[in-house]
Amino acid sequence: MNSRGLRVLSISTVAAFCVSLCLVFFYAPIEAEEGFLQKIFYLHVPLAIVSLCGFVIGALLAIAHLRTGDQRWDLRSYVAIHMSLIFGVGVLLTGSIWARGSWGHWWVWSEPTLVSFLIVFLLYATYQPLRFAIEDPERQARYASVFAITAGAFVPLNFLAVRLSSSYLHPRVLGSSSNLPAPMALTFVVSLAAMALLFATLCSYEMTAKRTRILLKSRSRILGYR
Amino acid sequence: MTMIAPLASTLPEHSNDGYVAAAYIVFLAIVLIYVAIMAIRLSRMERDLRELRTRAEQDPHTEQPGRAETHERTPARERERETV
Amino acid sequence: MSAVAPDTHLPATGGARVPPPAPRSKPPGTLVVVAALLRKELLVELRTLESVPGMSLFAVSTFVVFHFALNRSSVDGDLAAGVLWVTLLFAAMLGVNRLFVADAEQGGFDGFLLAPVDRSAMLAAKVLALLAYLIVLELVAVPAFGLLLLGPSLGHALPGLLAVLALADVGIAVIGTLIAALAVRTRARDLLGPLLALPLLVPVVIGAARASSPLLALGGHGGVGGVPIKWLATLGLYDLVFGLIVYAVFEFLLED
Repeated sequence: MNSRGLRVLSISTVAAFCVSLCLVFFYAPIEAEEGFLQKIFYLHVPLAIVSLCGFVIGALLAIAHLRTGDQRWDLRSYVAIHMSLIFGVGVLLTGSIWARGSWGHWWVWSEPTLVSFLIVFLLYATYQPLRFAIEDPERQARYASVFAITAGAFVPLNFLAVRLSSSYLHPRVLGSSSNLPAPMALTFVVSLAAMALLFATLCSYEMTAKRTRILLKSRSRILGYR
Repeated sequence: MTMIAPLASTLPEHSNDGYVAAAYIVFLAIVLIYVAIMAIRLSRMERDLRELRTRAEQDPHTEQPGRAETHERTPARERERETV
Repeated sequence: MSAVAPDTHLPATGGARVPPPAPRSKPPGTLVVVAALLRKELLVELRTLESVPGMSLFAVSTFVVFHFALNRSSVDGDLAAGVLWVTLLFAAMLGVNRLFVADAEQGGFDGFLLAPVDRSAMLAAKVLALLAYLIVLELVAVPAFGLLLLGPSLGHALPGLLAVLALADVGIAVIGTLIAALAVRTRARDLLGPLLALPLLVPVVIGAARASSPLLALGGHGGVGGVPIKWLATLGLYDLVFGLIVYAVFEFLLED
């Protein structure tokens, strides 16, 4: 991505976030049951959706890498998964804060989405240790892609299993993204778009930085200095 | 419950503004920390680039003794020899 | 891959005789290869006894530890299911760690790659071997559990429990084989294996524990009818999905 593309992405991200925050705090109505605390919904759920999509995208990019053997796909897969993991930290922290505000505990097992996310997070946290434990770069990329594909298939199965196992009768407040009134739905969609743009922007920056560093290393090797 | 009583005065259970603010602050902190790490990496890259450039300007033909030959280096060296 | 002194470990390809293809003749069919590889795996395990006794002993010791840790003489219901499945899972990890070690250290991978056979034969053989180890492990661990810790009688729970064990074992075997192959040629292989496998096996634990819990409850109804179908279906779905995925990606781990 060239610098002009990066600039466009960054500016649209900032704009989207400004709009989204205005909508969240000045337009969306206060929810009846949870009150003001419900506003976290516009932060937590987009983070979760973008993060999960990022993991699945990482798996798709890994498939492309295994099929073509082109290392650039592996780089994209790595960046997508790494970024999703960072977003995942955000999901867990905001989810925990929401749980604390809602039920008084910093962690609740009764919220299946949050629990599934913890398991997915623990799984992907092993991605980088796995990569760094393999020295040969080509084998590292291949093994990482195998892992990314397996873990990507795991994500939906895991959500299903945890959702089934949750026998609590709590009203599922954290996941209540269906039948939203129109103003809330609009705010939610805009927040989701802003989060997705942020993901794309940060990934592009990360890719550019990595590619630059690879170029730098190869140049210095050609000149015989390292 | 008694241990969180002093905290409760800044984050009273009746008003949830504190929690919403905390969540948004956490999000902002994550993004800013990421940007800071990127900035550090970028400055390191710039420093390496500067170092490479000064070294390339000073002595373009010497190579360190005992360094392993790679295929990439040979055509580069030929090119440099040709320009002189 | 030269012959090794007979009383040390068998070389990784020592026991199997994959027939070398004569020119213009068909290479051996996949089933034949799988059978040959499986026979080799089981022979090596029988002669060296490096996985299964350790796993079984670990399971029994863990039951003892649980007795002291929980301060209970008998468990039932949810607690029983939990103790049983945690123990089986961690014992399985021991077997997973050892699964590809001989191949990695003695060049078994290269020997297999040179033979003109379907790559997925190695996957099938390893999965079946791990499944066999798990079955032997359970033959020891489940009666031991019934003896040491289980409150209600094991006999009533058995038919349903067998169904749960079978489905869960397939899942553990499939994922265990993939992770074993992934971890064996990395640096911290004994650590990375369980670390990768445990989150992936959480759905198996959920399904197995929830399915076993009514079977092991006090006055619980045994028989296959007592098991909630949705958990068996979950386990089956997991086995199917991951069986397909592991089948698709495994060969990328073998290239070198």
